[in-house]
Amino acid sequence: MFKYLKQLTSLVAMVALLFTFTTETMAAKKSKTLKNTQKKGFVRCGVSQGLPGFSNADAAGNWTGVDVDVCRAVAAAVLGDASKVKYTPLSAKERFTALTSGEIDILSRNTTWTLSRDADIGLTFVGVNFYDGQGFMVRKSSGITSTSQFKNGISACTNIGTTTELNMRDFFNSRGISYEPVAFEKADEVVAAYDAGRCDTYTTDKSGLAAQRTKMSNPDEHIVLPETISKEPLGPVVRQGDSVWEDIVRWSLNTMIEAEEYGITSGNADMMKTSDNPAIKRLVGSEGELGAAFGLDNDWSYRIITQVGNYGESYKRNIADTGILPDRGPNELWTKGGILYVPPAR
Amino acid sequence: MKLKKILPQLATLFVVVLIFGFFTMNAQLNMENRGIDFGYGFLTQESSFDVQFSLIEYSGSDSYGRAYLVGLLNTLLVSVLGIIICTIIGVIIGIARLSPNYLIRTTAAWYVEFFRNIPLLLQIFFWYYAALRALPLPQDAEAIFGASYLTIKGFYTPSLIWENLDIFIYSVIAAIVAIVFVRIHAKKLRENQGKHLPVLNISIAILFLLPLLTFLFGGVNVGYETPELKQLAKTSFKFEGGLSIPPELLSLVIALSLYTATFVAECVRAGIQGVGKGQREAAASIGLNRKQVLNLIIMPQALRIIIPPTTNQYLNLTKNSSLAAAIAYPDLVLVFAGTALMQTGKAIEIVSITMLTYLTLSLSISFFMNWYNAKIAIVEK
Repeated sequence: MFKYLKQLTSLVAMVALLFTFTTETMAAKKSKTLKNTQKKGFVRCGVSQGLPGFSNADAAGNWTGVDVDVCRAVAAAVLGDASKVKYTPLSAKERFTALTSGEIDILSRNTTWTLSRDADIGLTFVGVNFYDGQGFMVRKSSGITSTSQFKNGISACTNIGTTTELNMRDFFNSRGISYEPVAFEKADEVVAAYDAGRCDTYTTDKSGLAAQRTKMSNPDEHIVLPETISKEPLGPVVRQGDSVWEDIVRWSLNTMIEAEEYGITSGNADMMKTSDNPAIKRLVGSEGELGAAFGLDNDWSYRIITQVGNYGESYKRNIADTGILPDRGPNELWTKGGILYVPPAR
Repeated sequence: MKLKKILPQLATLFVVVLIFGFFTMNAQLNMENRGIDFGYGFLTQESSFDVQFSLIEYSGSDSYGRAYLVGLLNTLLVSVLGIIICTIIGVIIGIARLSPNYLIRTTAAWYVEFFRNIPLLLQIFFWYYAALRALPLPQDAEAIFGASYLTIKGFYTPSLIWENLDIFIYSVIAAIVAIVFVRIHAKKLRENQGKHLPVLNISIAILFLLPLLTFLFGGVNVGYETPELKQLAKTSFKFEGGLSIPPELLSLVIALSLYTATFVAECVRAGIQGVGKGQREAAASIGLNRKQVLNLIIMPQALRIIIPPTTNQYLNLTKNSSLAAAIAYPDLVLVFAGTALMQTGKAIEIVSITMLTYLTLSLSISFFMNWYNAKIAIVEK
């Protein structure tokens, strides 16, 4: 009898060992980035060097912005605490190398989704958290109110290493206007040079123009022209080759947008746990097993909503209330006339 | 015995190859995992971005290879201008530091201590932003010598328009060749017959007279185009026509030359002070006059001390010119390792090309200066 018992226990122990071994290797197989992040205890997030509303650090070094909130959402989902993010400020030039070399795990830095970036250089765009377009800023005193008044020889300040440089060329070439591009490495340098009068116009994404205008010595002296010359869908980027991590970042962003669609906010998420709507219950984790697909628990989306808030809250806090772009424009939900539309979480 | 000597060398070589191989393999593996292709094919692709300032014809429809050339030439331009200006300032300040005049000596010392102890990047920012803040807008600019304007958008000056420029250039080349022959002849004359020809005066005469003849008989003519103010919008103006130098180039050259000149000045001072007092006295005692003492005794010996450390400064200046990226001067780093790298994503390829380019530049300068140094070194008999 005892003899068998001993054999049985060793069998159970062996099976248990085998089981734990296999589950562990499966988790590891699922996502190396996820495993590393959980081991380190923080999400490594690449942000801008300071763009109000998107990613900007205050005097105490606290980062805020809609781009920052994407990283915070991932930290809330993966680590249970939205504050566990390590931010790396990157110039436009450095950003992709930092991501592909593994220095950061998410690049959430007002980065335009383009074919060549997505397909060519080892990156994967996971979604769009801000629909933008390139525009021009000029001095009010110049009397220019439309890009049709631009004349030959105009000098335009901008950043290097952005789609802006390419769009600018397309724009001026298609209109047959000769121009002088003055391209700086850092946004602050562009602002300083334009502000001093080096250039007649400053061109970048319109959200960027609105945000940088607040940094000018006298913001009221400048206007952003109404024309939009390009499509600039901005969104978070991950390294190619880790599809689970890619899914986690994608659905962290989608959760924020879908939460707004269903009216779930950081304030009412607890009450929503007992909602009658199964779609809402899935988002706050009281129904379904959505987290398991990523190797996360079932409260991952609940934590995003309670700790970071839904997309609307993030937009209001960072972009609308700071006076950068009070009007949401295309970045309104599809149900309210915008183009924010995400696949359902189910 | 021989094996004992070779073995450690081989072991070191093996380790170096191993380390290099490890990193190469690692990079290859990582790039493969992330679906990044390696290759230099992008150099022939259309760049589709414009550059503010270029010495050769360039537009966005040209290739990345040509964009590289634009950046390289701009780097060379800044380096050459910087080296020439820093040498002139450096020599003047270096000699001034040895001046018997207290005011000149002290001013030179202050200059050196001030400019060499402030980080170069700060100085570049200072000259650029100070210039941008201090210079007038095009419409407010006062004319310098009637037709040049220094404005926030750059320095504008009349450009020369040549007729039959090639004939003029040939005449200058002919003049230089003639001068070389005169010098060779003068040297022979001095060594064989002890006669002194006024070589300098003859050289200057040839250099001016020969090109002048082309104006009179060769159909060479020179006109000029002056910059003119053009209105872009109600309060927005610019100058058009003539020669324009962007403020980025101006402030970069100023910052680089003023900074490097301090080091050159110290080299010059050290070189002159390094020649023994006895040399001067001995030269005077055999009846050489002051000019001859300086030209024939002091300078040849001082140069030997000055050249090697000055070479280092020239190399530093060339490499420091890559700080141009901070103030939008389109040098190699900004155009190629900046914009082109971003648009193609070919980080390893572009950075390797850029590194090789700077290496080649530095080695060329080094090579030239070593050749010059060998030429003026003491020939042991």
